Amino acid sequence: MVTLPFEKHMCELKNKINDLRDLAKNKNIDLAKETRQMEIKLYNMQKEAYKNLTAWDKVSIARLVERPTALDYINRIFDCFIELHGDRYYGDDAAIVGGIAEFNGTYVTIIAQQKGNNTKENIKRNFGMPNPEGYRKALRLMKQAEKFNRPVICLVDTPGAYCGLGAEERGQGEAIARNLMEISTLKTPVISIVIGEGGSGGALAMAVADEVWMLEHAVYSILSPEGFASILYKDACLAKEAANTMKITAQDLINYGIIDRIIKEPLGGAHTNVDAMATCIKRNLAETIDRLARESIESLLTKRYYKFRKIGKVVE
Amino acid sequence: MGTLILVLLVKSLKIFKKVTEYILEFINYMFNAMNMGMYFHFINYIMGMSLERGSDMFEFKRIFQKSRYIEVKNLGNEGEKKPTIPSGMWVKCKTCGKILYNKDLAISIMTCDNCRTHFRIGARERIKYTIDTGTFIEYDQSMISDNPIDFEGYTDKLKSLRDRTLLNDAVITGEGNINGQDTVIAVMDSNFMMGSMGCVVGEKITRVIERATEARKPIIIFTSSGGARMQEGIFSLMQMAKTSAAIARHNDKGCLYITVLTDPTTGGVTASFAMLGDIILAEPNALIGFAGKRVIQQTLKQELPEGFQRSEFLLEKGFIDKIVDRKAMKGTLTEILKIHS
Repeated sequence: MVTLPFEKHMCELKNKINDLRDLAKNKNIDLAKETRQMEIKLYNMQKEAYKNLTAWDKVSIARLVERPTALDYINRIFDCFIELHGDRYYGDDAAIVGGIAEFNGTYVTIIAQQKGNNTKENIKRNFGMPNPEGYRKALRLMKQAEKFNRPVICLVDTPGAYCGLGAEERGQGEAIARNLMEISTLKTPVISIVIGEGGSGGALAMAVADEVWMLEHAVYSILSPEGFASILYKDACLAKEAANTMKITAQDLINYGIIDRIIKEPLGGAHTNVDAMATCIKRNLAETIDRLARESIESLLTKRYYKFRKIGKVVE
Repeated sequence: MGTLILVLLVKSLKIFKKVTEYILEFINYMFNAMNMGMYFHFINYIMGMSLERGSDMFEFKRIFQKSRYIEVKNLGNEGEKKPTIPSGMWVKCKTCGKILYNKDLAISIMTCDNCRTHFRIGARERIKYTIDTGTFIEYDQSMISDNPIDFEGYTDKLKSLRDRTLLNDAVITGEGNINGQDTVIAVMDSNFMMGSMGCVVGEKITRVIERATEARKPIIIFTSSGGARMQEGIFSLMQMAKTSAAIARHNDKGCLYITVLTDPTTGGVTASFAMLGDIILAEPNALIGFAGKRVIQQTLKQELPEGFQRSEFLLEKGFIDKIVDRKAMKGTLTEILKIHS
């Protein structure tokens, strides 16, 4: 199990508890009471630590290689997922996974940014940084969902849209812009969940939705803290400080009214218990899909428009 | 008596100095002439030429003669007596180096008549050159930013920028006529925080699009922006969705949307309303792209091709309709508006 800097003390305590247990077993001593007490202590420590995480701690959690990726959730939440490939113009982007699946007896379209669980997989998935063809595939599948009245569920997990020569040549800006415009009037319910990192326009292109949720320790920002620090502080090493001033945590964003819901993670983060996390997401989805499906398209689109329309603080 | 002797002594010394100078000069001259003569002999020997040509010899000496220099006296405090040139009258073209007279530059709408370079211009100037005189009505003139994520030092920075640029934020919106054609217009200004889009830019552009939608009028947006404004964090990002959604509604009403991309148009502005025009025009050689050049270079660890992310590059890749010179812009816009009226 991975240890984050703030978990060091807890990890030590955990090892002590394990040692104690081994000792009790080997020497046949009854230490049940003591270990129980220590476990309670550990639990409280964890609870306290996870309640007071800094923005940078959350960035570290969201970026863990161990953190569950989109496919980990898709396989646990939905049944019979059929993956569909390609944008019909240029190619198939492995950084975005899309397809149709069954959910509680209805069919839904799923579009998700996919990171890898290891280096090899990450190279294949381009570390979850989509190229324009990824966004065009996403739009194609959304239009398909609109045609067949399927709700769309987007899972967002990207450091940002890919910054490369080819991406520029094929119109990264245009691809994102087109998605923003088209999704805002897509005639079917859309739900977006930021499951890890929500970086910049690359994340927003899949997060114009009727409901935008974030997992408890996910982050959603205008730019990576490193990029922000290098632009405003002229030093990418100040990313930690940048993260803490950028207001990127789910808790900050719900206060600003940018997101609609925070989905609680298991203690220690989603990676400590993927099944529990998936169940929690599933429960939330079931209720919301039902509710959105009952609403008329006109009212849905009006609400979606004003949801984004009202964001912004100005003085006149 | 003593002073007389002293004066005489000084005078004789001066004469002596003069004489010595003349003698030295004469020796120097003779020495040079000898040297040259020897040199001449040598060359003639090599080339097998006759020495009889006196005039050639003269010419040769003349060429190698030491030039006389004019002695310039020190003017004392430097610059004090230099002729003063009024600053701001002349501008040097960054591309071709030609010195351009300001009044000529204004006639050519801030473009270099030698190499076609388009200088960056402010929003007010742009409106002056685009909209018929006296027809412009500005919207939301007094709107200013509210530091939504409480970013340190941002409020002061905005205040000093407002004072310096005489702009309230990076965009001016309104309506007016272009050669008699009624239109709604938004013009961004890169002098204000590199034309970055925060809440004010997002809100003003959304409002002006909504007005156009309501009145079923065409809208023209001149973009000039480094992207989303970092200091307003996630709020800036959301302006991308907000403006694009407003464009979608304008589009659904069947109204015309023209974007004119000027130097620079990058980041969050490229990835939202800039790339959504029914017709996308661009000024020559404008920087247009999503990611910054430096970021791409860092990612790829290689040099980028010449002309990368310039208007001509985007035209070639199929992302803009037409490159239009600034001088021809008003005419082109008039034509497009007429077709769609």
